Amino acid sequence: MSEQHEIEALVSRDYKYGFVTDIEQEIIPPGLNEDVVRLISAKKNEPEFLLEWRLKAYRHWLTMSPPTWAHVHYPPIDYQALSYYAAPKSVAEQAEIDANRPKSLDDVDPKLLEMYAKLGIPLHERAALAGVAVDAVFDSVSVTTTFREKLAEVGVIFCSFSEAVHSHPELIKKYLGTVVPAGDNYYAALNSAVFSDGSFVFIPKGVRCPMELSTYFRINALNTGQFERTLIVAEEGAHVSYLEGCTAPQRDENQLHAAVVELVALDDATIKYSTVQNWYPGDEHGKGGIYNFVTKRGDARGDRSKITWTQVEAGSAITWKYPSCILRGDDSVGEFYSVAVSNHYQQVDSGTKMIHLGKRTRSTIVSKSISAGRSQNAYRGLVHIAKTADDARNYTQCDALLIGDRNGAHTFPYIESKNASAQIEHEATTTKVSDDQIFYLKSRGITEENATNMIVNGFCKEVFNELPMEFAVEAQALLAVSLEGSVG
Amino acid sequence: MSLLEIKNLHAKIGEKIILRGINLTVNAGEVHAIMGPNGSGKSTLCQVLGGRDGFEVTEGSVEFDGMNLLEMETEDRANAGLLLGFQHPVEIPGVKNIYLLKESLNAQRKARGLGELDTFAFMKQVRELVKSMQMDDAFLHRGVNAGFSGGEKKRNEILQMLLLQPKLALLDETDSGLDIDALKIVSEGINRLRGTDRGIVLVTHYQRLLSYVEPDFVHILYKGQIIKSGDKSLALQLEAEGYEDILKAAS
Repeated sequence: MSEQHEIEALVSRDYKYGFVTDIEQEIIPPGLNEDVVRLISAKKNEPEFLLEWRLKAYRHWLTMSPPTWAHVHYPPIDYQALSYYAAPKSVAEQAEIDANRPKSLDDVDPKLLEMYAKLGIPLHERAALAGVAVDAVFDSVSVTTTFREKLAEVGVIFCSFSEAVHSHPELIKKYLGTVVPAGDNYYAALNSAVFSDGSFVFIPKGVRCPMELSTYFRINALNTGQFERTLIVAEEGAHVSYLEGCTAPQRDENQLHAAVVELVALDDATIKYSTVQNWYPGDEHGKGGIYNFVTKRGDARGDRSKITWTQVEAGSAITWKYPSCILRGDDSVGEFYSVAVSNHYQQVDSGTKMIHLGKRTRSTIVSKSISAGRSQNAYRGLVHIAKTADDARNYTQCDALLIGDRNGAHTFPYIESKNASAQIEHEATTTKVSDDQIFYLKSRGITEENATNMIVNGFCKEVFNELPMEFAVEAQALLAVSLEGSVG
Repeated sequence: MSLLEIKNLHAKIGEKIILRGINLTVNAGEVHAIMGPNGSGKSTLCQVLGGRDGFEVTEGSVEFDGMNLLEMETEDRANAGLLLGFQHPVEIPGVKNIYLLKESLNAQRKARGLGELDTFAFMKQVRELVKSMQMDDAFLHRGVNAGFSGGEKKRNEILQMLLLQPKLALLDETDSGLDIDALKIVSEGINRLRGTDRGIVLVTHYQRLLSYVEPDFVHILYKGQIIKSGDKSLALQLEAEGYEDILKAAS
């Protein structure tokens, strides 16, 4: 049975991002009420419209209850026991002094820089990966954004959300909540009320963003929820590729992460959004880990626009996440490529929604799940073809790979077609990594580790091919796989 | 020095004893056939020599090219020049054939201190082999054995063997499930590996493969022991008379 162990060892390597950064933090006391919402808004010197928006969301949230339809199980969360704002003190102080002033790297606490270096994310531009601009969000606050000047030259705005609220309030006002309304769902409403920071990206008409943009999220503080909010707007003919990575310290308590991501693509615009999600998954007994309850949605608002979600989901104790596309524009395209790995007691309920409204809209869904240990891994997807969506097409492929025999893979596909011209295809497979497969490859001279890599990587290849280069490398390292397909 | 020297090999799976003292010597240049009824231990012998987990060797020794085979990892056995051809080659969807071929060839070259083969040279060699096995190039880009017919799987085994050029090929019922055309192609492949510096062991139920690949020695395995050895005429005798008479005579 050593082969089985080898596979399990590969999937369950120690979480290496589990360290805690010892840094002075400003945390507001646990509990949630209107005053807390007002306090968060005040700390950020927010304009009145945003405070009103938050309060409206909060009041709506009070009327809602958490969703129970997902194939996940956890004790009820005490929302009054969480703290809704944590910031490294130096940043917090500075933010209070002058929220308008762009932060420069010189103002960043060296301890934070050190932490990001530890995570392999160099924030110094000269040391940064060529061609990737980074926004780093530590607990609730954006720490720094690199390459801003270079991006500004072509009119690209890439900054923290709080900063954008001050520097570009008209854009925030115009687009905030237009894709994920404040009352969309329980967690989105909560996020809308208490979100602390996040990233803002604006690509003006006709501009192809000259580099990959990326945000690294890090939860550090104890008993703190992280509620960041990302808004990406691509005007007519604009093009952007955005990467998101996340890690958290190893803690015995569960931590809540409820983010909202909104994408808007106007005519002929393309947005590619890639995620490598590596939040702390909890230990091998299911203790601790992040509750990742996230709402991500893209609005392919313009004709011929395109939105692509690519995700590698490896972390979190519980994942509840359905990056979706509203295909509003005629001939717009939505894509969802996902690898979700679960091990030990991790629970995943993830998938996508493709809402076809425009004519000749097309969507592709490729979902790969790998379940090991005692984990539960569910794909949940909706393909909706509206009456207006003549000649819409969808292709869905859901593949599950099982390692061991104590876990579960589930598929919940929902198809709603209100237009007879629609073409919808759905394919699903379930396979198991067997000792026979490993032995076969070993008998050809391939080591056990490489044999497992070949199988897992082969299984995920279609999704990895969709990732930008830097992330593809990270994703493969994450699954301990080596690149397949260098020949042919 | 013999290529393979099996001495008094005993093996069991769980509490079930399957091999009860096998003795077999294979020298370079020789082709041996091991025949025997179902349940005699043929496949177990192959699996034990290949290093499959789950079998316990309780007695005896196996020397391969001067090395203690039983102490080696499966991949090291392969890299030392032992190739196990599977009776039921497993399907590995998602892993392309071409990738398996390249990985295994490079793993073996690396183990022998050679560099990776240049992609063009590799592709040229593989394409020739595919042609010789009368397969289509498209097969290279399909998942390993995924959706292959029985005959295609066996041809794939022989193709791998010809690429890897093992010192010793141990082919477990490579002829089973083949129609007469496929049997000819597979046999021609095996004959191409024949040479003064290599050994081949064919494990089979039937004589028909042996009319295409003529063995130098034929052994009859029964209840975990080789009860009779001879030349190729033994296989013909077996075909004509069945196992029963020979087993009776031997016991």
